[in-house]
Amino acid sequence: MNVSLILIILLIGAFVTYISGDKLASKVALFFSLTALGCSLVLLNHFCAGENISLIKAWITQPKISLALNADGLAFAMVLLTVALTPIIIFSSFGNDYKNAKSFYALILFMAFAMTGTFLAADGLLYYIFWELALIPIYFIALIWGNGDAEERRKAVVKFFIYTLAGSLFMLVAFIYLSQKANGSFLIEDFYKLNLSATEQLWIFLAFFLAYAIKIPIIPFHTWQANVYQKAPTVGTMLLSGIMLKMGLYSVIRWQLPIAPLAAKEYMNIFIILGIAGVIYGSIVALRQKDLKKLLAYSSLAHVGLIVAGSYTLTLDGLRGAVLQMIAHGFVVVGLFYAAEIIYRRYETREISEMGGIRTHSPKFTSMFLILLLASVALPTTFNFVGEFTVLYSLSQINIWFAVLGGTTIILGAYYMLKMFQNVMLGETNTKTFADVSTNEAISLVLIIAVLLFFGFYPKPITDLITPSLENILKVINKN
Amino acid sequence: MNTLIAITGLGIFCLLFEILNFRKAIVPFTVLGLLGVLALNFSEFGAAESYYNNMITVSKFSTAFSSLFIILTIFLVTLSHNFYENHPTKISDFIAIKIFLLAGGVAMVSFGNLAMFFLGIEILSIALYVLAASERLNLKSNEAGMKYFLMGSFASGIILFGICLIYGAMGSFDVAEISERSLSAELPIWFPIGMILMVIGMLFKVAAVPFHFWAPDVYEGSPALTTALMSTLAKVIAIATLYKLIAELNLISSLDNQDLLHTFEIIVVTISIASMTVGNIMALRQVNVKRMLAFSGISHAGFMLMTLLTVSTSAGVLLYYASAYALAGIASFSVILYVCKNQENEDITNFHGLGKTNPLLAAILTGSLLSMAGIPIFSGFFAKLFLFNQTIQAGHIALVIVAVINSIISVGYYFKLILAMYSKEPNQERTGKPFLIYATAIVSIALNIILGLFPSLVLDLLN
Repeated sequence: MNVSLILIILLIGAFVTYISGDKLASKVALFFSLTALGCSLVLLNHFCAGENISLIKAWITQPKISLALNADGLAFAMVLLTVALTPIIIFSSFGNDYKNAKSFYALILFMAFAMTGTFLAADGLLYYIFWELALIPIYFIALIWGNGDAEERRKAVVKFFIYTLAGSLFMLVAFIYLSQKANGSFLIEDFYKLNLSATEQLWIFLAFFLAYAIKIPIIPFHTWQANVYQKAPTVGTMLLSGIMLKMGLYSVIRWQLPIAPLAAKEYMNIFIILGIAGVIYGSIVALRQKDLKKLLAYSSLAHVGLIVAGSYTLTLDGLRGAVLQMIAHGFVVVGLFYAAEIIYRRYETREISEMGGIRTHSPKFTSMFLILLLASVALPTTFNFVGEFTVLYSLSQINIWFAVLGGTTIILGAYYMLKMFQNVMLGETNTKTFADVSTNEAISLVLIIAVLLFFGFYPKPITDLITPSLENILKVINKN
Repeated sequence: MNTLIAITGLGIFCLLFEILNFRKAIVPFTVLGLLGVLALNFSEFGAAESYYNNMITVSKFSTAFSSLFIILTIFLVTLSHNFYENHPTKISDFIAIKIFLLAGGVAMVSFGNLAMFFLGIEILSIALYVLAASERLNLKSNEAGMKYFLMGSFASGIILFGICLIYGAMGSFDVAEISERSLSAELPIWFPIGMILMVIGMLFKVAAVPFHFWAPDVYEGSPALTTALMSTLAKVIAIATLYKLIAELNLISSLDNQDLLHTFEIIVVTISIASMTVGNIMALRQVNVKRMLAFSGISHAGFMLMTLLTVSTSAGVLLYYASAYALAGIASFSVILYVCKNQENEDITNFHGLGKTNPLLAAILTGSLLSMAGIPIFSGFFAKLFLFNQTIQAGHIALVIVAVINSIISVGYYFKLILAMYSKEPNQERTGKPFLIYATAIVSIALNIILGLFPSLVLDLLN
């Protein structure tokens, strides 16, 4: 039994969903995503018992490319994030009616497949293939099922696609170069063993950086983000912000830092500053947003900036905090976008100015929204607090000003989030009525909140899972 | 050798069918015949022999490429059934011409003597001239045929002149003898000049910049099926022949002896960069799909020319790239044939809403465009990967970076078509599901994906 099973389930799921027809598609997709979740929990059990659940098989002989899937704690944590969020995301869409639903849900499962593969791949080329594959479904999801003016949407989505593809092609060149140095092997272990000169490392670092900075996105490569988040259907936004941008962050830790450690150490301050610039920029722009989804997009930019800064500190605390915050942010951002979708279902608008007074109609929804919002601004006892605090602590070890500036995410975040809460939930009652959450909606929200609170009180299982592999990565980074 | 004879025999049979009035059976008969030829060709694989005083030499290279040509011809013949529906009296002529064209192509990759090489080129070119002008009541088709004929005969003349100079320098048309002598230290200057003339002539056939001017007009004017043939089969034949010419005549080592290798590399790099860039940038502005694919073909020619930098090792890569490109081309052209049937032109507007009216064909066209753009898991991605890998190994990293930038540009116009299919409203009803077109499209895209999943199948053939 090995991790390829999760991939196979998701891939078969995508096919079966497509065949099952429009009516059944959503349920079949939910079934397969839950199966994948169950399967990964079983595998997690095996993994914790010390079994080897990795896979390595030769695929192409010349150049040497292998089907290598390596599940260490870090990769597995990310896989769990993916397979746990996928059913929630699919379930959250149950209230909507999609045209051509079979393709829609098949694409979601296919995307989950590609993203899981990206997290697991231990061969540069295989990783690159999964990385690119994840782009195709989201392109079609955003293009076909998106909202807003068709022409603007087309522009936003094409820009996103070409931008991301452009970045990743340079990563491909870097991989080919690395494999020449490693005698034709694309395996990540062989890349780790390379002794590259400082100049080579710098170029490789930059090639990787371009791919990841666009995907994450890091300032100044973020211009595609807000538009695509706004235009994509909410399911697509959740996939993008909840999981896909974690692909970039994960890759920084897994590929970029250990392969080019000298360059990372030399220029880490610049990249920490870029991350913190993202924090401040995202927060300030979020303050001025009138569109709920756009506001969430910019707040996501701010939180992700902090994760980036944490990753580039190259300390155990920084990396650990970054990974914890990646998982926490994944859940909270999906929850918030879902809340926005719930409001949209009732009001058919995303303009904050047209909302208001929801609390009087639906106290349950309001309290759930408030918890998510507080989690997002890292209130203690939520999972996000654990992550952000660890990152800020690691930043303070490097330079106290980094921590101070990075900490603005909490202050500014609280400001714009609470202001938004005030405008949306409190205040004058909107003339339209607002039905309280339905059971389906409540289940998704409660699940997300439960995860956030549980790991907020007790983050140890995840910390234990990821720490050994982060220590290994740090060992590679500090080998010289 | 047997392959060549069998193909020619098949062509003659097609003509006989016309006389015997068996027109309806001609497509199935030819396809079966070609399958037989393909099997025959497989059985010759691995045997290295030469026939008729070295006129024809059969090698792994020639059999592998011949198989690719035969497979492509099978697809093109299958598509003919629907394409010539309205001209039932002509179908046997057109199919026979295609078979003869294939014979020319096979001769071109298995020549052992420059005379044979020239014969092959002429058989191929004359067949193409006829096919380009085959819609004789259509002004544009006539224009295309005329333009192609004038430019093509010019190129043939240049090639012939090159052959003469080589003969003058070496005293032989025989490839083996020439390649032996080309290693001697003192060569008359005629030899490199003759080679350059031949290469120029071939670059014209390949449609590489700056010898590409004929391609867009000819592609646009010719009947769609002929365009499909030119942009897949004819292009692949020309590239393979150019590669073989340079490899078999020992051009690289001969140039190396005379300290001209560096100049040669600079020329190849320049032409390849120019082809990619001009092809891609011009393609961005096209609204006619055939024209767009013509320019995209020019840029792919630029990619394939990169293999000339590593002639000793990249035969497998070239075969792989050519198969990936040609299969994607066949898949996309079958959809184009379906969509643009009974339309006045092949503008992008015809494709609006295809994703809604005909999801399967839209998906196939999307797949083939993604393959050409180099997105995994389609074989186009691996083709580019192996090509870049080879080229970086040879030390041309700057060329690879230009190629990467070009791949990004190419996404721009491939996606224009994909966007038209999925995000615009359909503007016409399409009825009928011609089985043969569907079959061709599905089989070719499936082969493309299979090549992507198991690249070693083709890649290791020539090592």
